[in-house]
Amino acid sequence: MALLQVQDLCVTLNTAHGPQEVISHINFSMEAGDKMGIVGESGCGKSITALALMSLLPRDSQTRGKIILEGRDILKLNSNKICSIRGNRIGMIFQEPMTALNPVKQIGAQVSESIYLHLKLTRKQTLERVSELMDKVGLPVSKFGLNLYPHQLSGGQRQRVMIAMAIACNPEILIADEPTTALDVTVQEQILDLIRDLADSSGMALIIISHDLGVIAQTAENVMVMYTGQSVEMGSTMDVFQNMSHPYTYGLFSAIPHVGSSVQLDRKRLNSIPGQVPELHLRPRGCNFADRCSRALKICKDKEPMATRVADHHQVWCYHPLTCEDKK
Amino acid sequence: MRIFLAKRVFTLILTLLVATLVVFVVLEILPGDPASVMLGINAETETLNALREELGLNRPVWVRYTHWVADLITGNLGISYTYDVPVSELILSRLTVSFPLALLAMTLSTLIAIPLGILAASNHNKPMDFLVMSFSQIGIAIPNFWFAMLLTLLFSVTLRLLPAGGFAGWDAGIGPVLKSFLLPTIALALPQAAILARVTRSALLEVLQEDFIRTARAKGITNQGALWKHALRNALIPVVTIMGLQFSFLLAGTIIIENVFYLPGIGRLIFQAISQRDLIVVKNLVILLAGAVIVINFMVDLLYAVIDPRLRGGQDV
Ligand SMILES: Nc1ncnc2c1ncn2[C@@H]1O[C@H](COP(=O)(O)OP(=O)(O)OP(=O)(O)O)[C@@H](O)[C@H]1O
Ligand code: SF4
Ligand SMILES: [Mg+2]
Repeated sequence: MALLQVQDLCVTLNTAHGPQEVISHINFSMEAGDKMGIVGESGCGKSITALALMSLLPRDSQTRGKIILEGRDILKLNSNKICSIRGNRIGMIFQEPMTALNPVKQIGAQVSESIYLHLKLTRKQTLERVSELMDKVGLPVSKFGLNLYPHQLSGGQRQRVMIAMAIACNPEILIADEPTTALDVTVQEQILDLIRDLADSSGMALIIISHDLGVIAQTAENVMVMYTGQSVEMGSTMDVFQNMSHPYTYGLFSAIPHVGSSVQLDRKRLNSIPGQVPELHLRPRGCNFADRCSRALKICKDKEPMATRVADHHQVWCYHPLTCEDKK
Repeated sequence: MRIFLAKRVFTLILTLLVATLVVFVVLEILPGDPASVMLGINAETETLNALREELGLNRPVWVRYTHWVADLITGNLGISYTYDVPVSELILSRLTVSFPLALLAMTLSTLIAIPLGILAASNHNKPMDFLVMSFSQIGIAIPNFWFAMLLTLLFSVTLRLLPAGGFAGWDAGIGPVLKSFLLPTIALALPQAAILARVTRSALLEVLQEDFIRTARAKGITNQGALWKHALRNALIPVVTIMGLQFSFLLAGTIIIENVFYLPGIGRLIFQAISQRDLIVVKNLVILLAGAVIVINFMVDLLYAVIDPRLRGGQDV
């Protein structure tokens, strides 16, 4: 049985233009220890997908579909049960280390909170666990006291605290939502290394979200490319990166010099696709990418494309996918 | 933290000195001759001269100022012209009414407002929130003298449970004193609680939108838990600010309530002293109240630092 199965996940949020479906029909599944990447331009629904997995969406939102964690659909659980999963079975690292920590609480107290909430440990054991965690994330207690406040730490150090909090209860799944976007380039690498090492050594499954293809290439085994709340291409990172089929994925890659060897991918923001992501309430009827797509056919504007198989475990949602010749 | 304290105390002393200077200039130098202000235009020259002598007005300005500051420190403030008792005694006896009353009202208001604010915020947009906010709206809209009179009407006139007014004096013992304080305390506290509850609620709702609340919830804490353990302390800054302002007001601005309940407090004293042109009393009362406001602000600043480590300044790692 898969560790996590997301089936037909749809999320509707209240926006300035009324309720809008910001996530449509997302499907994926993960086994223990899997590393999956979610990539896409800003606003394509990556964070909302992550928050849906945590059941942390705004109260006035609607979620449909299934999120099955070890056989149980967490969308059907009551709030107490959800609380016992959050931070315990699924941990999450947020994008903004500057605002994601409570400014008036010492970091030791913030790290020990989820331990206190989920693991029935004694005071002494909790303290031991906290210092073990601080060692793991590179903030040894001997050098960084537990009584420091977030404002006394740098961005990278705060993100390390975030990581310690997220892994405190040895979760089965760790969600890292753009964990390095807000950090200096030099620090980004260290934090990513740390997350990868932690995932490798503990065997937890990792969902890494980024709009940086390099980050995904270095970290994830599988990747889901998202556009306007939908998955447009999905498969193993190797397949998708070497045999990209969706014009949008190709556009993302073209934003990067030296396409071809996925390992040498340069870090670069994705900005070379013409046009802009359509606003939620202005999405076209057919393929959402049609207005920006150079390969669009007549049918593209009329009907949403269905999933097509490119290879084993490699799917694309497109009427006119790229073939090898197209990329030459 | 020590540097922070030293800095604050230094600013406190400096501000107090500036306040004495301002009060002195405004009340002693600007209005011309204080003696004729006090005695009126029809006063005899001899009486005027005698009063000038008594007030030390013949001495140079800076001598008068330094003497006054020294007097303030020693508490030897001279004799009240109209009451014929030492000013310090007069003010002190009024303070024994105003200060406990302010303290009681503040305590009651806080005890009502903060729980109500929390209740409203944790039931945001639900009937309970609506209920609390309606009460608060009514509390803000009702003029407090009218409310005071309603209280007297109900508890003193109709039910005959409590005195309608007057102050038993501390010699009468704690029981009668508390009895005479009860209605004024309620009359002062409820309108303030109405405002404070609102402030508490909106401060909490704002903090609950912050990223770190989402982080806390991602750790598995319940919504209630996040409110108590993460939001509340962050929301206290605006609450403490308003409490500081309200306490300042309670010390001096309660003249209407003091009149309704015949309480010999500071508010009435200042009113009487001004209408009788008792400049010595006015001057010392004004500086006392200014000083009280400055000290309250100082304590509010200290509280900020207790609440929020970022405001302690100085020591980074
Ligand atoms: N609380 C909200 N209320 C209404 N709409 C929202 C809310 N949060 C996000 N959205 C909308 O949902 C869509 C998806 O947002 P999401 O935050 O998931 O994007 P993202 O892919 O994480 O982008 P980024 O790379 O900028 O983080 C966006 O169009 C956004 O405007
Ligand atoms: S479905 Fe058509 S419009 Fe959409 S990406 Fe494919 S070719 Fe382009
Ligand atoms: Mg995001």
